[in-house]
Amino acid sequence: MPKFDRLTSRVVPLKVDDIDTDQIIPARYLKVTSKEGLGPALFTDWRAPGKPGAVLDSDEAKGCEVLLAGHNFGCGSSREHAPWALCGYGFRAVVASSFADIFKGNALKNGLLPVQVDPEVLERLHAARAADPSFSVTIDLETQELTAPSVAVRVSFPVDPFARTCLLEGVDELGYLLKHLPEIEAHERRP
Amino acid sequence: MKKTLFEKIWASHVVLQAPGAPAVLSIDLHLVHEVTSPQAFSGLRARGLKVRRPDRTVATMDHSTPTVKVSLPMLEPQARAQLEMLARNCEENGIRLHAYGSETTGIVHVVGPERGLTLPGSTIVCGDSHTSTHGAFGALAFGIGTSEVEHVLATQALLQHKPKTFAVNVEGARRAGVTAKDIILAVCGELGVGGGTGYVLEYRGSAIRALDMAGRMTVCNMSIEAGARAGMIAPDDTTYEFLARTPEAPKGAAWEAAVAKWRQLPTDEGATFDRSVTLDASRLAPMITFGTNPGQAIAIDQPVPGGAANEKALAYMDLEAGKPLLGRKVDVVFVGSWTNPRMEDLRATARVLEGRKVDPSVRMLVVPGSKQVQRDAEAEGLDRVFRAAGAEWREPGCSMCIAMNGDEVPAGKVAVSTSNRNFEGRQGKGSRTLLASPLTAAASAVTGVVTDPRTLLGA
Repeated sequence: MPKFDRLTSRVVPLKVDDIDTDQIIPARYLKVTSKEGLGPALFTDWRAPGKPGAVLDSDEAKGCEVLLAGHNFGCGSSREHAPWALCGYGFRAVVASSFADIFKGNALKNGLLPVQVDPEVLERLHAARAADPSFSVTIDLETQELTAPSVAVRVSFPVDPFARTCLLEGVDELGYLLKHLPEIEAHERRP
Repeated sequence: MKKTLFEKIWASHVVLQAPGAPAVLSIDLHLVHEVTSPQAFSGLRARGLKVRRPDRTVATMDHSTPTVKVSLPMLEPQARAQLEMLARNCEENGIRLHAYGSETTGIVHVVGPERGLTLPGSTIVCGDSHTSTHGAFGALAFGIGTSEVEHVLATQALLQHKPKTFAVNVEGARRAGVTAKDIILAVCGELGVGGGTGYVLEYRGSAIRALDMAGRMTVCNMSIEAGARAGMIAPDDTTYEFLARTPEAPKGAAWEAAVAKWRQLPTDEGATFDRSVTLDASRLAPMITFGTNPGQAIAIDQPVPGGAANEKALAYMDLEAGKPLLGRKVDVVFVGSWTNPRMEDLRATARVLEGRKVDPSVRMLVVPGSKQVQRDAEAEGLDRVFRAAGAEWREPGCSMCIAMNGDEVPAGKVAVSTSNRNFEGRQGKGSRTLLASPLTAAASAVTGVVTDPRTLLGA
């Protein structure tokens, strides 16, 4: 798993609540047998001119590593293709005011950091991006802080401590589970 | 200490809980399908690992399989590659596979219960968010991502944080024409699409107890549509009568011992939940969605709600706030998906279609949940009712629920569907989905417009 410690990046705004994983990547792209190559299909049905995802193809979006979303990001289907597509596009963090459970877990397992901030803070970040396309944020996992000095934002965000360690060290959870195989086997033998 | 159904199952499956780490949860049954497993098997192979408990792993082919009779070589190359890869992965690891075209095939959350693999008190996972369906039997069942599929294949365990508990009390007797689907759409409307996030729902109360197992599965299936990973219903005699008829549930003395154990599972009197909500089933009407998430649900005779939160959805759906949904033109009707694919759902559909015709402007698909359901329905003559009415009677599969197999709603067209998701493009690019019960779906097929089934049933 890729490491995550700190990044500074401009942001891609997608100010829509309840974005479901069918929008992030429609089911017709799920017939793949690899995790790679899904970036071009990210938000594919929302990328036409005039649609909310058209910004993904704009010049300002080039090289952006942070997606600025809305409330309840990633609801619906459990498809891990959603974080694979977000990572494939180049995102390393999604900032939202809340996340769906399964998506959050899937994202963390792929080095994609879900950053949850208060709705008021999210509103300010969106306003800052609307005013200035070069607006950028810094996300520091070590200190669990999101900062945007240009608009005087400094907020902490929650991360499960276990997932945080895995991300900082670039290791996945399977190693931990495998280490505990003796206990898992013993538990199965219980009547 | 008084415990809830969830807490009892959780406690009996926690292998260990180290400080600062999630719990290691032992998994009893792992269901696998072609779409979310290939990368997990590849990961396993890359690490030089094997499936640890193939005896606790069961695979089906369902998501991308056609619902017309076609042989495997005829499939489009990507879908075929995925199916072939699942077959190879199962073969290599000694995993039982309910393959496409076999006599025991079907959609994963129908096959588990109908074989008697889904048992009360067990932990069940699958790389699919509708795994919550199995909670109808008093199991703790939830969807996982592909990384977690790999974890379970390798260890038969998962790292999980303990969710909070949420009691959904549904009291009172349903009126005629109101089904389990209407109950769960009302719950989604009440909680909203993210309202259950972080919780396990326990459906309780007289209206839930009164449901048969098919209805209970319909309810639990859509827990994720309110954001909850799992939904459950305490096992009772209805559960045991269902299981006793399945081929693979315990038999003889093992059965007696199992039932005695299962009777200890229901939530203790006086146990507390982190949250609760109560709905009055006797006041419910048939429900239908108007928007682009399942929380956007209303009673079918209500006008379409407005407000800023619905604006984007109404534009996509081409609906106007304040106007009725009743009478809106319908192009496609889909009965199936693992929300409503069982015999009870097909009988309800046939009850409306018997002696009637599907409006010539409507394409209606009826897709059974499994080969078993297909055989039972044909033995009862339901297929003849569907065909005589002008509906298409198909082979089992996920079909228009996820529209991966070629069964699609054309762009801009309106479908009344018994499935579980009305997201933009869910049933095909540009499709517009209204979620409803099989009764409402069938009634709308007959008239060609959104119809309250009670007007056709004389209810």
